[in-house]
Amino acid sequence: MDSIDRAIINRLQDGFPICDHPYANMAAQFGIEESELLQRLERMLEKNQLSRFGPMFNAVKMGGGLSLCAMQIPDADFDRIAEQVNAFPEVAHNYARDHRLNMWFVLATETPQRIAQVLAGIEQVTGYPVYNMPKKEEFFVGLKFEIRSG
Amino acid sequence: MTDTDILDELDRRIVVATQAGLPLVPEPYQHLAQEIGVTAGEIMRRMQRMLESGVIRRIGAVPNHYTLGFRGNGMSVWDVPDEQVTRCGRLIGDLDFVSHAYHRPRHLPEWPYNLFAMVHGRDRTEVEQKVEIIAGLLGEHGRAYEILFSKQILKKTGLRIMGER
Repeated sequence: MDSIDRAIINRLQDGFPICDHPYANMAAQFGIEESELLQRLERMLEKNQLSRFGPMFNAVKMGGGLSLCAMQIPDADFDRIAEQVNAFPEVAHNYARDHRLNMWFVLATETPQRIAQVLAGIEQVTGYPVYNMPKKEEFFVGLKFEIRSG
Repeated sequence: MTDTDILDELDRRIVVATQAGLPLVPEPYQHLAQEIGVTAGEIMRRMQRMLESGVIRRIGAVPNHYTLGFRGNGMSVWDVPDEQVTRCGRLIGDLDFVSHAYHRPRHLPEWPYNLFAMVHGRDRTEVEQKVEIIAGLLGEHGRAYEILFSKQILKKTGLRIMGER
């Protein structure tokens, strides 16, 4: 990863133009050819230095439901329950965390009403309660993440 | 939500076609236009409109903190007075090492925390130092806090907000 890669990551968190040749437009700002910008983006996506490149959608503005949920699962039962929870397609991310509430997942659904149904389904299948923690207010989303050398 | 926020069939098709990412070709909007069967101008107008309405937050790159060496991500959770949560949330949200900050409901007595901030650092120690900075900023309003480090990713699919239908 060189200084141009870092500049690309830093600059492209800010937005990307909607025009006929957006990559050429951005490449000019970095002083490189369009083809080189495309190759660099492809490579950073392949190496998973970028997890995504494209439009970031706001599920709630699209009329969908989104929530963060937590569960407290005994260690002996953890893997089995994780498998049951992950089997729900609405579970987008699921993390084990070192806390009494040790399983944390994000639910994304096509409608807000569907969140409650999926939660009820997870409680029924697993036999454990789910703590629902939908956001009430959002203060900042999308890291302004300065990648520096070294 | 107003009627203009509701997506029509063409908007939906654009969302489905781009939720995995924007095509990496010289004319990405033209490419989408051919795939969907409308003009590039129409695709660009629709995407511009979705940007303006907030359906698209932005178009851009999402860095992977972990691969880029920021391996100490911690979810810090705070108990602040309800009447201070907006002010505290804005203070935290302005910090460059915080990627997300949300006001969320408590679940008393098990869960007293109402403010969440995802903190990124190169390792746990750095995250702990940054959380100390937050504690200093919040002062007496930060009545209690914890840092929940992730132990394992159990599932991570792209946020597929809209399926094909």
